[in-house]
Amino acid sequence: MATKIGIPAGPESRKPAVTLSKEEVLRYSRHLIMPEVGMDGQLKLKQAKVLCIGTGGLGAPLGLYLAAAGVGRIGLVDFDVVDSTNLQRQVLFGTSDVGRPKIEAAADRLRDLNPDIQIDTFEAHLASENALDILKDYDIVVDGTDNFPTRYLVNDACVILGKPNVYGSIFRFEGQITVFGYPGGPCYRCLYPEPPPPGLVPSCAEGGVLGVLPGIVGTIQAAETLKLIIGKGEPLVGRLLLFDALAMKFRELKLRKNPECPVCGEHPTVTKLIDYAEFCGIRGEEAPVTATNLPEITPRELKARLDRGDDLYILDVREPHEYQICNLDGHLIPLGELSRRVNELDSSREIVAHCRSGKRSADAVQFLQKAGFRKIWNLKGGILAWSDDVDPSVPRY
Amino acid sequence: MAVKVIIPTPLRAYAGKQESVEVQAATVGEALSALTGKFEELKKHLFADDGRLRSFVNVYVNDEDIRYLQKDQTRLSEGDTVSIVPSIAGGARN
Repeated sequence: MATKIGIPAGPESRKPAVTLSKEEVLRYSRHLIMPEVGMDGQLKLKQAKVLCIGTGGLGAPLGLYLAAAGVGRIGLVDFDVVDSTNLQRQVLFGTSDVGRPKIEAAADRLRDLNPDIQIDTFEAHLASENALDILKDYDIVVDGTDNFPTRYLVNDACVILGKPNVYGSIFRFEGQITVFGYPGGPCYRCLYPEPPPPGLVPSCAEGGVLGVLPGIVGTIQAAETLKLIIGKGEPLVGRLLLFDALAMKFRELKLRKNPECPVCGEHPTVTKLIDYAEFCGIRGEEAPVTATNLPEITPRELKARLDRGDDLYILDVREPHEYQICNLDGHLIPLGELSRRVNELDSSREIVAHCRSGKRSADAVQFLQKAGFRKIWNLKGGILAWSDDVDPSVPRY
Repeated sequence: MAVKVIIPTPLRAYAGKQESVEVQAATVGEALSALTGKFEELKKHLFADDGRLRSFVNVYVNDEDIRYLQKDQTRLSEGDTVSIVPSIAGGARN
């Protein structure tokens, strides 16, 4: 019988003793020889159950480092499919995984890294109906999601279930990391009681993201998770770590628990999960932000009018670096500069505003309408739709 | 007081692409007014129609949240840093 090393079962324990096999001792030797981890710490890792919500930019380094560290049970939640645009930063996946469900590709990769641990997969959209069930068996939840409704859902579920929520979020080259839901510590709603209205804060698909950024932030989330498990060091409870990759600076802000927080305060008013899409002002995942009576023109209609020789003025409200990728020969005024440069536009002409997907240009059309422009249309679907429906030689990005 | 206001990435487009702006102000309220005075477009991102700071935007003086100080009445000292920290979520294509 192989030699087993571990904590012997005592009269208090009802479970069989958790031990490390000889192979595990060798695998984790670099942990075991450190007093901060040691055998105690490694056994805690082996018995720990961590749920990783999202296997994308943040989830990739998170999953890899938790598996590498020997976290005994890792749950993965993701309903998405691997896309080539993911590969710029989602290092769990390879080119051969494009088209596969992320959860399968992630589980395969992590099981290869560490076959001794248990990987649970939930190919599901986390929602109020299933969140408490999915979260309940885990000790720690790590939020690697990419949208506000899910962040509020995860936060509330963690507070209701009493589980720490290791939070990380990113935008372009900036990140935020903290630990919510720790006993006595703040929760997400203590920091941000309400989400921004849809369309006000750009997503990665619109704002872009430096590939390494979720790599750094997700790895910090992994570090915090391991520290919570082994009970060593100072976790980021009550501390918001801000990271700027371009300046390569870390800053720290104090986070306080809000005694009047509706979820974790002294007199909570939110004791059950709510409709988070409604809370965030979004009806359905793909709900467009455009106003219902916004004048629109489809790419095909635009092409037809241009071919006819109509005198249309194309206004491109994207950024200069996007114009360099592809353009419709439009006049470039980035949306952020529109109010200052509106006098460059002739309101007597027919103007078609476009951006990448039709959202920013919808904002531009609304602004110009308020400024008195009457002959203004939004190009529905943006230059992406133009590439799909009119000219496939225009690259999608 | 000369103070530095740090502009978070999502709002830099509306602040002339600057990452921080120096203003003269005695309180946080004055600093934010000076900021939106210089950059009119920032106003709607920071303030709701009723003039109150939007709830997904937090403001810190050095490392303290103004909600736990005196809010926009919080007095500033020379060289203080006022940080605007909006909620960000990364990822999803809307």
